[in-house]
Amino acid sequence: MPLKRWWDGAHKIAGASSVRGLGVGAEQWLQVASDVADSGGVLHTLWASREPAGDAAVYGAYLTDLGVLVAELALPCGGESVCYPGLEDIFPAASRLQRAAFDLSGVRSSDPDLRPWLNHDAPYEFVRVDGEGVHEIGVGPVHAGIIEPGHFRFSVVGEKVLRLEEHLGYVHKGLEQRFTQLPILQGHRLAARVSGDSAVAFSWAYCQALEGMSGCALPPRAAWLRAVCLELERLANHLGDLGALGNDAGFAFGLAQFSRLKEDLLRAVSAAFGRRYLFDMVVPGGMAVDVSTQAAHALADGVRAVCTETIELRGIYDEHEGVRDRFTGAGCLTPELAARLGVLGLAGRASGQARDARVDLPCAPYTELAVAKIVQQGGDVAARVAVRFEEAQESGRLVRRLLAALPAGEHAVTVAAPAADAIGVGLIEGWRGPVLVALQAGPEGSIRRCHAHDPSWQNWPALEYAILGNIVPDFPLINKSFNLTYSGVDL
Amino acid sequence: MLKTLRKIASVGLVSELPPGPEELLRVRRALDERIVAVLGRALCIRHVDAGSCNGCELEIHALGNPYYNLEGCNIRFVASPRHADLLLVTGPVVKNMEAPLQRVYAAVPHPKLVVALGDCGCTGGMLGECPASLGRVSNVIPVDVAVPGCPPSPVRILQGIVTAISPPV
Repeated sequence: MPLKRWWDGAHKIAGASSVRGLGVGAEQWLQVASDVADSGGVLHTLWASREPAGDAAVYGAYLTDLGVLVAELALPCGGESVCYPGLEDIFPAASRLQRAAFDLSGVRSSDPDLRPWLNHDAPYEFVRVDGEGVHEIGVGPVHAGIIEPGHFRFSVVGEKVLRLEEHLGYVHKGLEQRFTQLPILQGHRLAARVSGDSAVAFSWAYCQALEGMSGCALPPRAAWLRAVCLELERLANHLGDLGALGNDAGFAFGLAQFSRLKEDLLRAVSAAFGRRYLFDMVVPGGMAVDVSTQAAHALADGVRAVCTETIELRGIYDEHEGVRDRFTGAGCLTPELAARLGVLGLAGRASGQARDARVDLPCAPYTELAVAKIVQQGGDVAARVAVRFEEAQESGRLVRRLLAALPAGEHAVTVAAPAADAIGVGLIEGWRGPVLVALQAGPEGSIRRCHAHDPSWQNWPALEYAILGNIVPDFPLINKSFNLTYSGVDL
Repeated sequence: MLKTLRKIASVGLVSELPPGPEELLRVRRALDERIVAVLGRALCIRHVDAGSCNGCELEIHALGNPYYNLEGCNIRFVASPRHADLLLVTGPVVKNMEAPLQRVYAAVPHPKLVVALGDCGCTGGMLGECPASLGRVSNVIPVDVAVPGCPPSPVRILQGIVTAISPPV
């Protein structure tokens, strides 16, 4: 059955611009997945829930050309162990999601990989590579730099990587459970802390779901200011990464310059919004603060100056033979492999996967902005650097455009808590890629369930492929070129 | 190359003066007055993320930018706890990081200094104590200085570090 038929039979879900839900049986569950795959769509996220009575359900959210399709498979079981058909053969990214869902809810898929993912009670069984001269290098969880914890197990011959296996979950902090203890009108604060570098994206996605459920009409000024924040977050992260990538290629000049530009940007942001990082800026009903005309002008000038210097620095990166040599061909993820793995966001666009929720499924104000979708085909570090350079310019353009024509009016309105059992889905293109928040209200303004998804779920497994055949010393550079979140997937 | 040199010359020096110590941040014990003399001005820091959302890490990274110029203050981040004088710990300590954090702490030579960073490190933050999280850093290892903020600004972090190595008033 083509995807269109499923879509037409599905009911609308509040929140992002085009989200529909569909209750399915076990056979349809697999059929929907394969029809989505046939139509060029991807699995975005998967989560499960179990009621105290024992009834369980598993949800799969797909990104398709028509919108976000959420399939729900109910598993009435009366407390017995249940098993639903795993999607890992159709969408490889499903495997870790299913294992995490089991750790969180006890709902098991048919995936033969039964190793716990978030639960670290037992030692992890890595896949061993045998052969003459093969040895293992274990790295982490505590790394030799200022980064988040995770374990990487390399199987190498000499310096060449034969296999990389990631073991994450070290910063699992029970976020989904914590959400259920918060009032629904306060959950955006925790959403902002799912992955701190994507605070605006996650808190906006949360608020989008909540406002959709409550029937809150977001004032235009609030939507525009949110987009300013989202693009500033993208620009700041891209600047940080461009500097770190230069440094990892042995070009310390790049780190000095880009970290200076990032600081210039953060200070301009702080002057306008009162904080360097925009945690708690996006609140239900709008924005925590308004921006004066004068502050908007100053911020636009600051962003322009940063973008102008970034163009100049790109020229220096492009002409530097050592940098070019390290970037080109390193960590290559071909468009075919990226499509098979369902790679999302920035890393996907650097490997020919032309998806950007700001263009494909835009919410206000992106519906009026004509965002340029930046796509490269190379799939190597150089391509991911090029996407960052171009997206940084595009974000700079968008920020200036938004600030120059901020709609008048309220920057926030009051939101009522939604009715119990209401469901909403928010989808925002953060700097790494599309983040999704699925929210279900409980009684009296509580949260029954909140699932937050970062595209790093899709992209971490892709890193295991991108490193193959490269040498171990190139791993920091290749890893940085993806720059995936640990906190955002460890939940 | 010429462009690179021209850029370096045109940007010039942007580094700012480091902040002074902040007594309010001191939480646990007074330090031996000799520590500054023993260490000289060089201080080696090992960062451990024990469950952070990575917001604090962004501001720790900022310390290395030319404005704050951490290495210009004779403070540097090191790759091994065995080379470290001070542990900079972010996040609430989550269950899966309890053992790694304790192992890192054990590997730091005496006298070990610990600075807990951010609201999560100071109090457990929004997460508090729950089945997956043990809460504040001092629930797991001794803490000398706690720097609140979500995330704390680079100046505030630097103040916390300077406070940790300054003799008490």
